[in-house]
Amino acid sequence: MKFNIKKIAPQLLTLLFVILVFGFFSYNAQLNMENRGIDFGYGFLSQESSFDVQFSLIEYDGSHSYFRAYLVGLLNTILVSVIGIILATIIGVIVGIARLSSNYLIKNTAAFYVEFFRNIPLLLQIFFWYFAALRALPLPQDTESIMGVFYLTIKGLFIPAFIWENFNIFLYSIIAAVVSIVVIKNYAKRKQENEGKQIPVFLISIGLLLILPLLSFLIGGVSLSFEIPVLKKLAKTSYIYEGGVGIPPELIALTLALSLYTATFIAECVRAGIQGVGKGQKEAAASIGLNPNQILKLVVMPQALRIIIPPTTNQYLNLTKNSSLAAAIAYPDLVLVFAGTALMQTGKAIEIVSITMLTYLSLSLSISVLMNWYNKKIAIKEK
Amino acid sequence: MNNINFLKPDKSNLNLFLILGLSLVFISIFDVFLSSFFKINATGFLPTSISFLLPLIIGFIGLHFIRIEYSGIRRLDEINKNFNNNNFNAVLSLLIIFIIIKSIPPVLSWTVIDANISGHSKEACTGDGACWTYIKVWLRRFIYGLYPNEEQWRINLSFISLLALGSVGYFATEKFKKYLTLYYVVIYPIIAFLFIFFFISGGPVFFDFSYGIIASVVAIIIGFFVPNKFKLYYFCFVPLAVYLSLNLFILPEEYVELGKLEGLNWVETGAWGGLALTFIVSFFCLIFCFPVGMALALGRRSELPFIKYTSVVFIEFWRGVPLITVLFMSSVMFPMFLPEDFFLDKLVRVIIAISLFEAAYVAEVIRGGLQALPRGQYDAAKSLGMGYWKMHIFVILPQALKLVIPGIANTFLALVKDTPLILVVGLLEIAGMLQMAKTNPKWLGYSMEGYVFAAVVFWIICYAMSKYSYNLEEKYKTER
Repeated sequence: MKFNIKKIAPQLLTLLFVILVFGFFSYNAQLNMENRGIDFGYGFLSQESSFDVQFSLIEYDGSHSYFRAYLVGLLNTILVSVIGIILATIIGVIVGIARLSSNYLIKNTAAFYVEFFRNIPLLLQIFFWYFAALRALPLPQDTESIMGVFYLTIKGLFIPAFIWENFNIFLYSIIAAVVSIVVIKNYAKRKQENEGKQIPVFLISIGLLLILPLLSFLIGGVSLSFEIPVLKKLAKTSYIYEGGVGIPPELIALTLALSLYTATFIAECVRAGIQGVGKGQKEAAASIGLNPNQILKLVVMPQALRIIIPPTTNQYLNLTKNSSLAAAIAYPDLVLVFAGTALMQTGKAIEIVSITMLTYLSLSLSISVLMNWYNKKIAIKEK
Repeated sequence: MNNINFLKPDKSNLNLFLILGLSLVFISIFDVFLSSFFKINATGFLPTSISFLLPLIIGFIGLHFIRIEYSGIRRLDEINKNFNNNNFNAVLSLLIIFIIIKSIPPVLSWTVIDANISGHSKEACTGDGACWTYIKVWLRRFIYGLYPNEEQWRINLSFISLLALGSVGYFATEKFKKYLTLYYVVIYPIIAFLFIFFFISGGPVFFDFSYGIIASVVAIIIGFFVPNKFKLYYFCFVPLAVYLSLNLFILPEEYVELGKLEGLNWVETGAWGGLALTFIVSFFCLIFCFPVGMALALGRRSELPFIKYTSVVFIEFWRGVPLITVLFMSSVMFPMFLPEDFFLDKLVRVIIAISLFEAAYVAEVIRGGLQALPRGQYDAAKSLGMGYWKMHIFVILPQALKLVIPGIANTFLALVKDTPLILVVGLLEIAGMLQMAKTNPKWLGYSMEGYVFAAVVFWIICYAMSKYSYNLEEKYKTER
């Protein structure tokens, strides 16, 4: 092997630099921790946390461990991200298509929406929704219900809770429906390739999705009832709704701000994607006799998706990372619960910040792996 | 006039349909207008749901009547093409018009008609609308933070002079154009730092207004007229040598003392805030993240495996974590990594953290530009016998950077929008000042006005930046 000093020397220098920086930092950290009497370790995760969290998806109180608190924060972060991603995608796609509308008013309204929400910092939007808009809502006792069952109050949105019996059978029926839809779709595809006949897959899928769960209700013994929130007096002037599901205002403000903000970027991606499909493609599709719906579904969308997916993935990642702004309005997400309260209590800065960062890193990586897989699936398969 | 088919308006009865349709549309819009501006419900005698939907229905029928293809009236054809080309679009157009009419009165009354701006205390706000007095009273705080009132001219002076110095590029003649890069990348940041450190923070610590500095600045200016052959050597040695020799050997101490501005009070960074802090943080992060990002981008494209993977890990790490955790790291974790007697100001730590964070994004943008360059450029540069650095500095980077100007502008836009986040580590720029003003017992309950004000300020800044970047993009698109 040829020994090339020009290639070895810069690498050695970089290595030396990295080692020196790490060495310097870890040496100082060790010294500092010794001086302050802090020991390094992740043992605190199993200790009792002794702080409460306002809103959690799993059972949690002060007697649980720090690890459980971490899980509570993580689940809350994932909840916000998932709701935000779904909402942002819906709004973004609608607005993106609206920007290409032939209607002058719709086009400009969509453009106004994009320019307006994109140019205001997300933190300000969250503050606006939480401290200004949602604070203007009525108190629980003054609230008028929406359709008799929803209550939108200053203390959050109260919706009826579902009470299931034999929920697992219902779940199985849905899984069965999904599996059979996949099977039918593959069969239809094969049939079309071999014989050129089309099967109305969409109608069949909808039918299956409706009929199988319905069967589970009729035969499987599944039953569903609702628990409607009821006003309850706590003190002389303090009321709260009980029963049902209470969605805290922090969550509402956060999802609103996140999805409205991210939707503007997704809308731009969608617009760019649809515009990126050549006009010739549409004309060619029309000239072989496809109708407008088929053109959109079979020709434009598959090509536009290839352009849309990679930047949209980035926006999903951004949304997930931006959900950490929750800490600013005290929504108990990972940053607030773990990097905030738990860090204050234990003082284990290095451990907790590193765990938090690694968690976000793995969340980001898993989203990008998922979207890369999807992107690869729809990419051009060159023969 | 025979055979009128109301389901299918056509050209033969043009006038009838036109009058009927336009009057129906007008009635529907007028109804909404009445109910929104004068609170008159003209259709109140009908059941609620019908009277609610009536304008929409009437307007829809009207729009249906005037939808006549090739009517021969240019204006009508334009309306049909842009607002009314099918039923769905007609309903949407009507809805948007109604929403606009409905939303004008409340917005107008809140922002202007019922609003108050006179007076200096909460008592002046009597109307139902916005209380702009609150903004007026707190304006200095929103712009300058907790910076002492009588010292604020220092911030103004610094920003105005920096702006003036920054606009030099527009006035430079052809002869000096080639030095602009050097000026903006090296000299301007140093001047900016000196301004902000010595004026805004008022630090007399290293303040060295001695003749050494003046002489070396003069030496630099003279340097531009030195023949190209010696220019590099001249810039490397002469200014520094002049400065050192004047300071250390020739001029006595009292001349150094003479340059000190003792009048300026030290204002610690904790008191900086408001919009000024937003500008300072974004400005410094912008300056620092660019070279780091460029180095990382080159590192990622390098053929040397260790450098490549170090850059990849570094970039992907920063891109994978949210800024808020980076800020937490800089404020609680980073001091643990420093020697005990080594104190780094919180603002400096935050600026370093944001710069590293944004550098990763800048690196990815620049990498995109590097990848977009055709291989022929590299091959051509190599065939001329250029080495790695010469090739990149003179051939590759100028072209690549030109390509990614819009991308970089977008990253900087994101940076400006991210700066309010420094609130979580206790630095009170404009969003932080709002939170503080909101909890002031004298001014409770005016958070809406504050957010609207801040949103408008940020919107103007960001919109101007995005339009500017769009212009740049257009400009460079045609050049290629």
